[in-house]
Amino acid sequence: MKEKEIKKASETFLFYTRLNLSELTGLKAFSLGDLLERIKEVPESSIYHHTHRFLQQHQYLSPEPPNDFAYWVTNALGEKELGEELASIDTVQFSTIAELRGAFVAVIENYIREEPEAKLKATHRSNAFYFMKSVSFILPTGYEANDLPDFCRIMENISIDSIYFHIFEARLRIGKKTNDFSYWIENSLGNKKLADAISRLDPYTYTLEDLRSTITQKALKYI
Amino acid sequence: MARIEEYIPIVGQATIDDLRRIGNKLKGKVIQNINSTSVGGGVAEILNRMVPLLKELQVDARWDVIKGGAQFFEVTKKFHNALHGKKEDIKQEDFDIFMETSRMNINEIDTYGDIVYVHDPQPIVLIDKKKDNKWVWRCHIDVSNPDKEVWKFLKEFVVKYDAAVFSSPSFSWKLPIRQFLISPSIDPLSDKNRELPQDVIDGVLSKYGIVKDKPIISQISRFDRLKDPVGVISAYKSVKQYVDCQLILAGGGASDDPEGVLVLEEVREKAKGDPDIHILLLPQDDITVNALQRASDVIIQKSLKEGFGLTVAEALWKGKPVVASAVGGIPLQITHKYSGLLCHSIDGAAFSIKQLLNSPKYAKKLGENGREHVKNNFLITRHIRDYILLFLSLYFQEDTVYL
Repeated sequence: MKEKEIKKASETFLFYTRLNLSELTGLKAFSLGDLLERIKEVPESSIYHHTHRFLQQHQYLSPEPPNDFAYWVTNALGEKELGEELASIDTVQFSTIAELRGAFVAVIENYIREEPEAKLKATHRSNAFYFMKSVSFILPTGYEANDLPDFCRIMENISIDSIYFHIFEARLRIGKKTNDFSYWIENSLGNKKLADAISRLDPYTYTLEDLRSTITQKALKYI
Repeated sequence: MARIEEYIPIVGQATIDDLRRIGNKLKGKVIQNINSTSVGGGVAEILNRMVPLLKELQVDARWDVIKGGAQFFEVTKKFHNALHGKKEDIKQEDFDIFMETSRMNINEIDTYGDIVYVHDPQPIVLIDKKKDNKWVWRCHIDVSNPDKEVWKFLKEFVVKYDAAVFSSPSFSWKLPIRQFLISPSIDPLSDKNRELPQDVIDGVLSKYGIVKDKPIISQISRFDRLKDPVGVISAYKSVKQYVDCQLILAGGGASDDPEGVLVLEEVREKAKGDPDIHILLLPQDDITVNALQRASDVIIQKSLKEGFGLTVAEALWKGKPVVASAVGGIPLQITHKYSGLLCHSIDGAAFSIKQLLNSPKYAKKLGENGREHVKNNFLITRHIRDYILLFLSLYFQEDTVYL
């Protein structure tokens, strides 16, 4: 029986990974007003840290709000309504950190306009918000895929940090509403159907391990 | 001592591959650790494990120890307590003794490292030998509320370093140097944390007369007021009205600590007449601690104040449901109702313990989630990764580094 021909990619997929080190900025917030001012001035790597950290640290389904600002506003300031609004900011929809920062600023400013006294509400020193930033190290993993079987084999063994990098951060890097895997599968393998199937996944509702197996299973169907 | 390959079944091949890859980027750099003792204490414990593992990853890590007499270490003990916020009678003479020994160490110790990694305050003055190499000060202490005089004295040296490392954001201060956050870790292959055969666990229980036919709740901590062992007994008594259970309070020797002796007496008094309370004054015996944790149905850490509270990570690593106070580094380890239960009072602790004993499925789920969280964030492999990234970061100013 003739074996099914395996399509070679026009470009090799290089698996990268991103490892983060947390750096303290020395900036703190005790009130909503402080928080707003700091969000406006901290480096982008700080906004990145407080909105993406949980994905790598809680790579299983977690009940925590998906960003540190929402968590602090809810638990330290007791502003549940604002906390919910901040938690609802869909990080994955933004293709630049500047836009994401703008979204947090807009939500808080809007809330303060409606509830001016909320700006002054402060928490105890021990509950301060500590602004941190991520120092990110991006490096090749040495794994390379030239076709779909390569891709599936590597997906089974790659670290979850690498999966995180190619799924969650692709938008911020390539500025497109897709992920690196779909982009490569569509453009280098010409398999739009599989690319779309992976692109449609809502990564927030999967653990990274589940994403690994779901993507691999979908890809295996085309081998 | 475990080899790096032995961690692969726990954290996966890819994680170890990543460590090798980043370790390789430090080729040609000598990392010189300096602390005050090669045995005893948490810093020596972590360096004893970390240095050989770094070497296996081709990182040229070395370790030197400063010298000091009894007087010097009495002073540094006072400094340690004062940095933790305890009131200490510190005189000019103490600072003089500290500086005199420090000067002797400056003359005697060769600071040959490309990166000199100084742990805790004892060797801090060595920074005065800094040339064009990189120096990092690793603070393992909770300095969130220090004695101002001692902190001011030490800060003059801290600011001469290239960077400082703290275990929790709340321990950090506004400083003119870079500051990093690196959490401590546990070693899943150490005697305190490795898997144990059931007969070893049973042997420990039988040695201490603990039966297996009643649920066991335990707190394993020093007999120290800040660990609130008396409060734990109150919580247990409240639970006992509804669930027939046993309590183990186990901790290290208190003979050299006058306050510890008093606390132990109070604990014994409070426990009097209840044969289901087991108060165990343990010598340093990691296997026994491991066995007692593994035999427990619920593990408590009802501290009033805590540094990082790694006993919580140890318990979670064993897949145990944990009830712990929301103090120090504990909230970093437990997300309430997800990977354990946080409490703020004796009544709160009692309610949570009861809930876990009565809902074994829920308790099991919390334990599983807790273990997963520790696996991802508090194992020695993550600690090694952070250390290598820290050393690399000294050579880059950017927030995103392409290696």
